[in-house]
Amino acid sequence: MKLSKVFFNGVVKENPIFVQLIGMCSVLAVTTAAKNGLAMGLAVTGVLIGSNVVVSLIRKVVPNKIRIPAFIVVIATFVTIVEMFMKAYAQDLYNALGIFIPLIVVNCIILARAESFASKHGLLASAVDGLGMGVGYTLALLILSILREFLGSGSIFDIQILGPSFEPAIIFLMPPGAFILLGILIGIFNSIRNKQASKEVLQKEEAR
Amino acid sequence: MNLFTILISTIFVNNYVLGRFLGVCPFLGVSNKTETATGMGIAVTFVVTLSSIITYIIHHTILIGRLEYLQTIVFILVIAALVQFVEMVLKKISPTLYNALGVYLPLITTNCVVLGVAILNIQAEYNLIETIVNAFGASVGFSLALILIAAIREKFEIQEIPKALEGFPIALITAGLMSIAFLGFNGLV
Repeated sequence: MKLSKVFFNGVVKENPIFVQLIGMCSVLAVTTAAKNGLAMGLAVTGVLIGSNVVVSLIRKVVPNKIRIPAFIVVIATFVTIVEMFMKAYAQDLYNALGIFIPLIVVNCIILARAESFASKHGLLASAVDGLGMGVGYTLALLILSILREFLGSGSIFDIQILGPSFEPAIIFLMPPGAFILLGILIGIFNSIRNKQASKEVLQKEEAR
Repeated sequence: MNLFTILISTIFVNNYVLGRFLGVCPFLGVSNKTETATGMGIAVTFVVTLSSIITYIIHHTILIGRLEYLQTIVFILVIAALVQFVEMVLKKISPTLYNALGVYLPLITTNCVVLGVAILNIQAEYNLIETIVNAFGASVGFSLALILIAAIREKFEIQEIPKALEGFPIALITAGLMSIAFLGFNGLV
């Protein structure tokens, strides 16, 4: 399998948020500001690459029956490393993300990739898959968090863009805004995919 | 804090799903039918309450003071083992209950409500009684939100929904509207 294909598979074709629809909790919770969204995305990407690499290395040693608990321990180890790292070097981000850093352990994306990809493929392919999925996840977080920060406080990455006459829509910083905005975004993504699919069908028919 | 205040606050005001985004995956995943939502709700209530008690005891006897950095690893292992144990006990003692809840049990390990409640209990420095009340309230709040959205989604089957919004997107928008309704409980406690 070509590595570039594995990478773009994670970013676009099987984007964890917009296509596979898994790992929603952290996406909705931490996207109040673009900075937090980016930090969470990077943390998850780090854990994904680490756990994918280790799972791929131990895939032949671990007996089939206890593979899930073994994978969870590997994931929890990397989450703890990321947590300690952020606590030491980025105290502000650590406080902003709060409980959602330890909760990366139960983020379905990571276990799903360990089980469905890393436990069946070699070291390099697994690392690239982790990177691709992580980038896809980070991209989705960035889109949502930039939109929410822009609508909710008129700024992007803490830089004020709209003037003082702008009345911020606080609802987008609160839970309801997150749910509704993500629903609309997935809807838009779906309609683009539907259009592309129907176009391809048309082209095939014309080719005949 | 008053026990009653904790209970009301976790069920309505700070609802774990609609206010704190814990457990959104099963909230959207198993909310197609009211029956399955009720089953999932009961199973979660059982596991969350039990796991909170056990993680509380483990934290205060083994981890506190010297091994706190192991919290995440130990808690997730305890929860995974507990879910497996509950599944085996139910299978032996009450096959009817097992048949009703069995399918939901393996899903609970990766439900962030369970780990989230366990960690938040420790962070809030609750005592054992408060921990139990908080865990019970959290899971009742989760079940309430789950059953409510399942009842709404059952109605969607006879409605015309734009094709791009079918399934997940419309469920998310519904959850957003429910969340606005739950904001009305703000200031209750």
